[in-house]
Amino acid sequence: MPSAPDTQDLDAVSIRAAILDPSRANPPTVAGPRGKQAVKRFNVYRNNVTVSLIEALVDIFPAVGRIAGPTLFRDMAREFVRAHPPSSPLLFLYGHEFPTFIETFEHAARMPYLADVARVERAWLTAYHAADLEPLAPQALAAIDPEHLGDATFTTHPATALVRSSYAAFDIFDANRTSDPVGKIDASRPQNVLVTRPGTEVTVIALPDGHEAFFETLLSGGTLGEAAQAGMEAAGTFDINDAIGGILSTGAFIAAQAAN
Amino acid sequence: MGRTVLSHPPQAAPATPAPSRFAARTARIPASAGVGFKHTHLDAILADRDPVGFLEVHAENYMGDGGFPHRALERVRQDFPLSLHGVCMSIGGPQPLSADHLSRFKSLVDRYEPALISEHLAWSTHDEVFMNDLLPLPYTEATLDHVCEHIDRMQDVIGRQMLLENPSTYVVFENSTMSETDFIREIVCRTGCGLLLDVNNVFVSATNHGYSPMSYLMDYPMEHVGEIHLAGHSVQEDDEGEPLLIDSHDAPVANAVWDLYAIVVKQAGPIPTLIEWDSDLPDWPVLRSEAAAADRILDEAAHSFMMGKSHGRTGHAVGS
Repeated sequence: MPSAPDTQDLDAVSIRAAILDPSRANPPTVAGPRGKQAVKRFNVYRNNVTVSLIEALVDIFPAVGRIAGPTLFRDMAREFVRAHPPSSPLLFLYGHEFPTFIETFEHAARMPYLADVARVERAWLTAYHAADLEPLAPQALAAIDPEHLGDATFTTHPATALVRSSYAAFDIFDANRTSDPVGKIDASRPQNVLVTRPGTEVTVIALPDGHEAFFETLLSGGTLGEAAQAGMEAAGTFDINDAIGGILSTGAFIAAQAAN
Repeated sequence: MGRTVLSHPPQAAPATPAPSRFAARTARIPASAGVGFKHTHLDAILADRDPVGFLEVHAENYMGDGGFPHRALERVRQDFPLSLHGVCMSIGGPQPLSADHLSRFKSLVDRYEPALISEHLAWSTHDEVFMNDLLPLPYTEATLDHVCEHIDRMQDVIGRQMLLENPSTYVVFENSTMSETDFIREIVCRTGCGLLLDVNNVFVSATNHGYSPMSYLMDYPMEHVGEIHLAGHSVQEDDEGEPLLIDSHDAPVANAVWDLYAIVVKQAGPIPTLIEWDSDLPDWPVLRSEAAAADRILDEAAHSFMMGKSHGRTGHAVGS
């Protein structure tokens, strides 16, 4: 059985508070050996925690880091780490609130696309670690009675995510995930991004117009008929055959259910 | 004395083992040198004609549901014995261990059949905040109770003996009532866990707190050591301008640590030894050569150990 908290010689509350808030004094029981000071000594822990969590964000959001530059990125990350320390020891789950945090960060306001690029990068890491599941096979779709195909619904692959953006989130993401030189990008061109992982490799694509509405409907449990309707309303160029081809080629789903 | 690590029964007798997917690589890790497995070295590790003795992974890196990390670990597991090293169990904290984290850890043990399992005498999580560092604790009767409860719980869940690693520390606690070695010895006695002796941590803590690493080692329950860690450290200054060593795992093993290591294995006999290198990763040949250096010392130790020279105390050959 866990011990009662009244015998806690380890003052974890004070230590945690002092680590996450550098303006606080050292916890009262912490000391240097043989009468030495412990300011720099305790700062090692403060530094380890803050820097390692900033580095975790650098690893999760490399394109954002490249676009923002190291100074702005680390400023954002340091503030974020202190406001939103991780709740899980699994750091590959960290940073889901970072895109929204970027939107509120004043010095990033001149890069309004940055938050959406961060959303794509966060989705990339989720896909990277997602369960190994076979994408929907063409036969599974072919097995559904064509008359009832419009009523079919789909089970989403755990790697799949859709990021809708008013900016060129795909082009900016794609150009900044490497260290290659970046050509001219029209950031104001809206792009919708689908992240999937049909095998071991994460796949990131920009969806054709109308497909974002189509996929969004399917991902939220709508029927194929509803999704086709949404796609047509979103774009005059929408082609239902292309869209159904996309269901299979992207690997975004693992199963199809005929209407019950 | 020979090594008696396995003389302590695990807390729960393991069930009859199912046939292993990793034939002939499960039972024991040889007393040889291994390295921390990094994905960037995957191809070089598999292609190396002089394979290292074993690989160690941080358990948390393989707690995702699927994808490349598991593909990579499955692949190397076919060729190498594995050591599973937990970093985030927060054994040293006052809170009960996370049931979710224990369950994830147990799944990895079942899936990858590691020959060695270890965790730290430290804490990292409190009140649902994870601090991503190995934080220190005072050594008192109350913290001893907590740590022993947590190790009992972990060994119960995984059905195996775990090894507990001594920490690198930068501060002390005014309310500590016992030495680190007394604390560790009592943990071993109460829980039956084994020990992971991190020789770099001994050197770092001894330097930081102004005692001799040899005196620590003389007082340390060496007969329970099932694995040794070696790593590089970096140097800063404390408030008085004296050296403060940081356990940074970003450099070659320091000469003073190699010297201590040689003394340890000469006295305790050959023990599986891991080179830890976790940031500023070198190319594979550099890491491989660190492991080869450990292997040479292990070979010498095996020789003198077999010749029966291990009974005499080695003396104070190394100080700082």
